[in-house]
Amino acid sequence: MDTQITLPTFDVERVRADFPILSRTVHERKGKPGKPLVYLDSAASAQKPRQVIDAMTRFLEEDYSNIHRGVHFLSQTATDQFEEARRKVARFLNAPSERNIVFTRSATEAVNLVAHSYGRTFLSEGDEIIVSVMEHHANIVPWQLLQMDKGIRIRVVPVDEHGVLDLNAYEDLLSDRTKLVAMTHCSNVLGTVTPAKIIARMAHERGVPVLFDGSQAAVHGVVDVQDIDADFYIMTGHKLYGPTGTGVLYGKYDLLKKMPPYQGGGDMIESVSFEGTTFKAPPARFEAGTPAITEVIGLGVALDYMEKLGREAIAAHEHDLLQYSTQQLSQIDGLRVYGTAPGKGPIISFTLEGVHPHDLGTIVDQYGVAVRVGRHCAEPLMERFGVGATARASFALYNTRAEADALVESVIAVKEFFGA
Amino acid sequence: MMDELRELYQEVILDHGKNPRNFRHPDDANREAKGENPMCGDRFMVYLKLKDGVVEDVAFQGRGCAISTASASMMTEVIKGKTEAEAKALFETFHDLCTKDDHDHGDHGPVDEDAMERLMVLSGVRQFPVRVKCATLAWHAMNAAIEGEDKASSE
Repeated sequence: MDTQITLPTFDVERVRADFPILSRTVHERKGKPGKPLVYLDSAASAQKPRQVIDAMTRFLEEDYSNIHRGVHFLSQTATDQFEEARRKVARFLNAPSERNIVFTRSATEAVNLVAHSYGRTFLSEGDEIIVSVMEHHANIVPWQLLQMDKGIRIRVVPVDEHGVLDLNAYEDLLSDRTKLVAMTHCSNVLGTVTPAKIIARMAHERGVPVLFDGSQAAVHGVVDVQDIDADFYIMTGHKLYGPTGTGVLYGKYDLLKKMPPYQGGGDMIESVSFEGTTFKAPPARFEAGTPAITEVIGLGVALDYMEKLGREAIAAHEHDLLQYSTQQLSQIDGLRVYGTAPGKGPIISFTLEGVHPHDLGTIVDQYGVAVRVGRHCAEPLMERFGVGATARASFALYNTRAEADALVESVIAVKEFFGA
Repeated sequence: MMDELRELYQEVILDHGKNPRNFRHPDDANREAKGENPMCGDRFMVYLKLKDGVVEDVAFQGRGCAISTASASMMTEVIKGKTEAEAKALFETFHDLCTKDDHDHGDHGPVDEDAMERLMVLSGVRQFPVRVKCATLAWHAMNAAIEGEDKASSE
């Protein structure tokens, strides 16, 4: 009997039609037609689908108001939509409840919130925080500020030549002094996906809570905070095809409950008097001031969009692009890829011998190819690999193999240009 | 290859970028300053030997892109033998060349016209605003060294 397996199809052309910006050209000048945009910088920030743009416009045109404070019709409508977005985020991460979800303005602010509120309350001199050498500056500098304030120590887990986290070194670093582990779930430079579940289990065996920076990981795979058993999990909306100004802090509720406020202001208090002010329960406790209402609602729609396409289908599509591009790029003489960990995310950092990444970035841009060049807010990692800067191509759900080809062709042109 | 790129990466620049002149650390340098571009990680040290208000020697070391390396290299060639005032005037005039349209150029005092003519090849960066810092990085460091600072203040 013939068995035919039907694979779920991912219609990338249909997906692309949802992103208005992808049909534009760049560098049009003096009557010369521009180049089609080949956007390979989604790890810095992703483009937004029409659905998100429209939802935000509709909200602003029809339902906009401040939230959590008015008795009037619009305030209630806006509050409902804002809180619905919180439920969507909870579902996206498989959080036990929307009470676990705190909205911040960015992933950076979410890390700072934990460093400030949890760190200053529960860490003291001599305590240690473990991070990895792959961290984005956003998961280094907040801890350094805490270090200056509290005299804690930051310990760093190394990676091997492929960019794989050294779990033995991690185990050795875990000690009675360890009070927090703060680790990326996916490197924004190497693409390495860290074994979050194992990292958390090893920390929990010593009673140490774990924070994961999921800014990249949440974009490229299915994240289940309960399965990982993360104590804190952080995401940023603008890399999830949502708007800027939206960050997410997931926290276990018993942890959030014992944490003091991060910022003071409206919407986070129960009652205010000059004799003493009492604070609301989480998540409201950590959401002082008017939040990015429209943007948070937009983020909810962006998550809907990803769910509708299917996060596993997205991951499979991106993995195909990663493999194809890596294979094509590797055929270029003198090109070195940084980060070859198995199961990595769709991020390719590379250098071309004899050409500085900054020059490479300028030239491929003339071909319409947008890549990131520089240190990617991960200077310690650059030092680890002994490289001043790299070029980085990152793939998203809307990229195609043809775009990977355009990248390869433009890099070959760079090589010819410099005679490298 | 597009005209704009040829304009930016002229042969002279590619040559200086690959074979920078005065790429060394002079033993008798008495001033040095660091120039760093945090965005791309480029980092130069510029060394000066100043004597009686004259730049007797100038050299640099570090890592950077073709534009920043070429600009640093050409700078060492045109600055050598200049007085401090002349070197500063060249810096200001060169800065204008990279950032402003011709008619907006300020008057920074007498300036070596031949040197400016040679530096014209770097004016292509005007069409690439994000690359202006590359072209001016070593110059800022040189200027800082003359001022007695140890690093160029980031703009």
